[in-house]
Amino acid sequence: METIIILLTGFLFTCGFYLLLRRNITRLLVGILFISQAANLVILVLPGLGSGVSPIIQEGQTAPPPGYPDPLPQALILTAIVIGFGVIAFALVLLKNAYRDLGTDDLDSLKNTDV
Amino acid sequence: MFDLMNPFPLYLCLLIPLGAAIVQIFLLGQSKAQRVVAVGSTALLTAFSFALVAAVKAHGPVILDVGGWAAPVGIRLRADMLSALMVAITGVIGFCGAIHGLAEVPISDERRGYHPLYQFLLFGVCGSFLTNDLFNLYVWFEVMLLSSFVLLAQGGSKSQLEGTVKYMVLNIVASTVFLIGAGIIYASLGTLNFADIALRISQGQGSVTGIRLAGVFLMLAFAVKAGLFPLYAWLPSSYHTPRYTVSAVFAGLLTKVGVYALIRTFGSTFSAHQSFTLPILWWVALLTMVIGVLGAASQFHVRRILSFHIISQIGYMALGLALGTAGAISATIFYVIHHIVVKSNLFLAASVIDRIGGGEDLRRTGGLYRAAPWLAVLFLIPALSLGGIPPLSGFWAKLALLEAIFGVHAWFAAGIALAVGILTLFSMTKIWAEAFWKERPENAGERRPIHAAHVIPMVILTGITLLISFYPTWLFELADIASRQLLIP
Repeated sequence: METIIILLTGFLFTCGFYLLLRRNITRLLVGILFISQAANLVILVLPGLGSGVSPIIQEGQTAPPPGYPDPLPQALILTAIVIGFGVIAFALVLLKNAYRDLGTDDLDSLKNTDV
Repeated sequence: MFDLMNPFPLYLCLLIPLGAAIVQIFLLGQSKAQRVVAVGSTALLTAFSFALVAAVKAHGPVILDVGGWAAPVGIRLRADMLSALMVAITGVIGFCGAIHGLAEVPISDERRGYHPLYQFLLFGVCGSFLTNDLFNLYVWFEVMLLSSFVLLAQGGSKSQLEGTVKYMVLNIVASTVFLIGAGIIYASLGTLNFADIALRISQGQGSVTGIRLAGVFLMLAFAVKAGLFPLYAWLPSSYHTPRYTVSAVFAGLLTKVGVYALIRTFGSTFSAHQSFTLPILWWVALLTMVIGVLGAASQFHVRRILSFHIISQIGYMALGLALGTAGAISATIFYVIHHIVVKSNLFLAASVIDRIGGGEDLRRTGGLYRAAPWLAVLFLIPALSLGGIPPLSGFWAKLALLEAIFGVHAWFAAGIALAVGILTLFSMTKIWAEAFWKERPENAGERRPIHAAHVIPMVILTGITLLISFYPTWLFELADIASRQLLIP
């Protein structure tokens, strides 16, 4: 299972960076989305996925069942997803406004504020 | 461990901006009340942060275990001297920005939520300085970034939208890299608490490859946030676009949060791996200094010149950190504090140059010395301080740094640091000669009135610069305490 997730992560990073390097503003946004999802998968898969039992202490026990996965990375990812959601929502509005006001979706033509 | 001898209400440094932000949301549309809250809350934050510095000086680090769970399980807020100093300077800059905003920020922006966003920005900055947890630092960075995105775009001019797109994309990518770095740290060490990470690394836990890989990710992320070479491109493309108040607060605080994160991680938490991290930082710092100052030399736009100087000065700070000795880190901390005050002041001066001189483009402005001699003084003091002219604060900062560099016999770096100092002075002279001494050209824009609120923050910041200039010992003392606390966590 880990191997599949690792391959998927690599695939997402590849697609994400490819899209980031495109000149189109929409692809840029999708690229950001891919990369942030891939980062979440990295955190999920790094400590290992565990054997599939839930890390809940059963009644009468003092420890969770053996082979339980560490729940903390999942909590981290949950936080990261929520933050990513807010960032993407803002990015969508910003890029839409930029497209409307600047009249272009070509990133190469956004050179007016550069040196 | 909750020390009862030390009941400093650390949470207030976060609750004041957060509370102010919430109140501001309900006051949306009532410009006057919002302004009162903005100035009042930042003044209160400044007062509490000064008290925090005093408390840390008297009793050592202040600790707050949020939610009552002891570290490393719970998330801990911890104010050592470095954090306390940074929060104090955030309060000062926040206060000055709030006053400047009274005159500079139009009502249309206030209606669109300028005030709550400003408070959320301060909330994020203070949180970044106070947290003692790597993942929590990521969350605070995001709080700060999201508010800064909106503040940067607010006003909606074409250049602002364009600047924000660049700023946003690079910062989101950097945040993602940061997140991966934090994930690797947790996977290899099983903790995210700074002190616990340092402890487990020194005990030899975790694989060296994993820790160094995480170090690479974190350094990449913080280098983007701090504006180190070659990852600074977002900074000079965006900092000259928003309102002057926003520019000044960003210039003072945001890149320095990146520098703070670099000091916290590579100066303290990862100090066991310094033989790996510091040589990288060393070369990056030297290149940052040179490229930044050369970039500034070719500009004719006041805020663009100043933006490039931020980069070059960040190079000095990174160089001090790369030396890794206690003296160098203490010099770096002194440098950071001096730089925040001076740089924000210069950006505030840019707003007055624009109003009185008729524009920000040096080719289309002039005659300011005749029109406003007081402004000349308020500009010259921070400008010369940035260039490192004795006896101003920049001289002491550079002197301490050079002393540390000489201590390790790095003559090449010392030569570069001195040369960059001269080039910095060249840029400041350019602004001085073009905007102040030159006769007002025919094509200059219209002169616009200025308000007392433009001048008061400049006077406050110039006063602080003079205080550091003539009595540098107290700040050196505090910086020494900070660096000692960093090296012995």
